[in-house]
Amino acid sequence: MKGKFGLSLLMALCLGLCGGLGVVYAGEGVEGSAKADRLDACVAPTAFMRRNHFELIEHQRHITVHEGIRKTDNSLAGCIDCHVRRDAQGSPVPVNAPGEFCAACHEYAGASLDCFTCHATKPTGN
Amino acid sequence: MSQPTDQPSNTGRREFLAGATGVAAATVVAPGVFLQSVANAAPRDTAVSSDVRYGMLIDTSKCADGCNDCVTACDKENGLDMLVKPEGADDELWDMQRPRWIRTVKLRNNLTGHVSTLPMMCQHCEHPPCVDVCPTGASFRRADGIVMVDRHTCIGCRYCMMACPYNARSFIHEAVQFKLTATPRGKGCVESCNLCVQRRDNGGTTTACQDACKQGAIVFGDLKDPNSAVSQAMSKYPTVQIRADLKLNTGVRYTDV
Repeated sequence: MKGKFGLSLLMALCLGLCGGLGVVYAGEGVEGSAKADRLDACVAPTAFMRRNHFELIEHQRHITVHEGIRKTDNSLAGCIDCHVRRDAQGSPVPVNAPGEFCAACHEYAGASLDCFTCHATKPTGN
Repeated sequence: MSQPTDQPSNTGRREFLAGATGVAAATVVAPGVFLQSVANAAPRDTAVSSDVRYGMLIDTSKCADGCNDCVTACDKENGLDMLVKPEGADDELWDMQRPRWIRTVKLRNNLTGHVSTLPMMCQHCEHPPCVDVCPTGASFRRADGIVMVDRHTCIGCRYCMMACPYNARSFIHEAVQFKLTATPRGKGCVESCNLCVQRRDNGGTTTACQDACKQGAIVFGDLKDPNSAVSQAMSKYPTVQIRADLKLNTGVRYTDV
């Protein structure tokens, strides 16, 4: 009885420590660390973005590649720059890593994501 | 062209002309001047138009044998240096097949024995064979004369690589781990020099290869603007198009070949 109590006390202590310190492993995005987390809304209302973000990106890719227009709200680079989260060390975590901005929904929905075969998954500066 | 971009262009012209008589010291200054305007410029918000045609003039007499500066700069600018050799890949095959936007080519005149070295890249033809043969429309010529590949529609058939008389295109054989935001790249697509299109669309006035050339052998600019450095130099010196017999009207021209 006494042994069991001791064990559960130890477990409770461990859980409490982990919870209290908010243990974050390297390479894992920190909640609230993306620029987007500090903004009220995306380039359009959230409900619209959830359904239509791909329409925007697809339209944008054509005018960027063929017409050279890069000054717009709807670029994929802009999405990544704003939505990428940072790990405890402050380095960006790829948006397609498990649980991160793009992967979280796409994995759940089973909708494969082909952007990142070619596109950078975190801002590279140029 | 607006006034501020004209200024450095004229400087470039003077340097090109000065360089022809053997004074090359000032060329180092020019890239710094241009880079300033790159940093301050805003991204393009209107569609590119055919009022400009981008092109280059390469003075092969200044191109030193063994110099690789333009290739290295191109690799860095366009993320080509980030590609890694696939595990277990054959060295010789990797050297042959790894993507390169600029190759250094040595030409020898069999009659005289004269050797010239030159950088060879996409020649940005007015009538590009790669665009003619592309079954999906992925290989296209932008209104401002830049010939490039829309990777979204490229199916990797490589007809364009066979059609190009300049051997200017590369194919990405393996998945790419490291890529830059400005230069997306992935397995199964063809690519080639796009005259640093990310610089064009963000207000830059130079290419990476031009900035890197210490000899000032590369002049980049608008072929349709008679006052641009490249047009001025072309009106002054005899220039040739490589394989002019194909009547492709290339945007990249050479002197002293």
